[in-house]
Amino acid sequence: MNAGPLLRLEHVAARRGGRILFEDLSLALHAGEAALLTGPNGIGKSSLIRLVAGLLRPAAGVVEVGEAALADEHLALDERQPLVRALGFWARLDGGDPAPAMAAMGIAHLAPVPVRMLSTGQRKRAALARLIAQGAPLWLLDEPANGLDVEGQDRLAAAMAAHRANGGAILAATHQPLGLDDAIPVRLG
Amino acid sequence: MIALILRELRLAAVGGAAAMPLIFFLLVATLFPFAVGPDGPLLARTGGGALWMAALLAALLPVDRLIEPDRASGMLDQLALRGIGEESIAIAKLAGHWLSFGPPLMIAAIPAAALMKLPPEVLMRLELGLLVGTPGLAALTVGVSALTAGLRRSGALAGLLMLPLAVPLLIFGAGLVERGNDTGALQLLAAVSLLLVAGAPFAAGAAIRASRD
Repeated sequence: MNAGPLLRLEHVAARRGGRILFEDLSLALHAGEAALLTGPNGIGKSSLIRLVAGLLRPAAGVVEVGEAALADEHLALDERQPLVRALGFWARLDGGDPAPAMAAMGIAHLAPVPVRMLSTGQRKRAALARLIAQGAPLWLLDEPANGLDVEGQDRLAAAMAAHRANGGAILAATHQPLGLDDAIPVRLG
Repeated sequence: MIALILRELRLAAVGGAAAMPLIFFLLVATLFPFAVGPDGPLLARTGGGALWMAALLAALLPVDRLIEPDRASGMLDQLALRGIGEESIAIAKLAGHWLSFGPPLMIAAIPAAALMKLPPEVLMRLELGLLVGTPGLAALTVGVSALTAGLRRSGALAGLLMLPLAVPLLIFGAGLVERGNDTGALQLLAAVSLLLVAGAPFAAGAAIRASRD
């Protein structure tokens, strides 16, 4: 892995519906680092995540990012498929294996269950398993702990720690404590 | 790309979604003689055009399940994140949609032609026209599906958008069935179909990107 940052934002501004959400935001994330996005509702945390993911264009500034994985409120798994096959679709595209990721999130036993039968917390775990299995160096997390029970939150914290120990970086937007105590705080608004 | 097309086919197969256009097509072919009456020569003269109408509407049936569910579930976002262009997604959708309704429709055209008392040479012209024209219909459906994704009750709007655009396919397709290829209807049908297949992925790709803002 090279020494350059996995994510670099320079004087970035975001506009939604003709309104500037935030501007002049600069941030660099290197291997092993994490940044915690906080701020009131509607300030543009999710927009920043989508901007880094390349799904929105910045109104101003520079976004430099390599390969990234995204877990937001959208599950992006085929509802009618058994969980293991729905995750397998992405694993084939990414060249990874969903089994360790499912085990890491504690949903290995749900493998044959159709995605549409999963509960809110189980869906969140499935989305995180998809993110882990992708194997991208940068994780983009939008409210990753929403709907997770205490055990799920512990598993999320462990997965994030393992990812950072392996040279990954994390950008997370949240209202809840995630166990990222040493993260770079980014407060919008 | 192969994985995407296979996924489209799987989505079409589950829940019998792929059978809907087929059943619709056969139903129209069954009902048409009841409406027009059991007049053999009249049926043979008008049947080809009626089957083209049925094919057009059958292609339109899945318009609300092609793009919108993938947009709503974040599937399109995740594909974009992996560097798969929106145009590639549209091409995969086009290929998957055509495979799930084009060839089955061509098979269903055989019993449908029998119901219409179409002579064998007319059936051959219908089959040829469907082979050339259904990719154009699939392209139109994917393009309109992407344009209307994210809108509520998009089905009716999609019909209003798509049916006028399908007029050239209908004219040349039905013309080929009725008068044979003396007038060059097959070439014109192929040209229109090719234009739609070439243009639709770009229109659909731009529409998907625009729907994110």
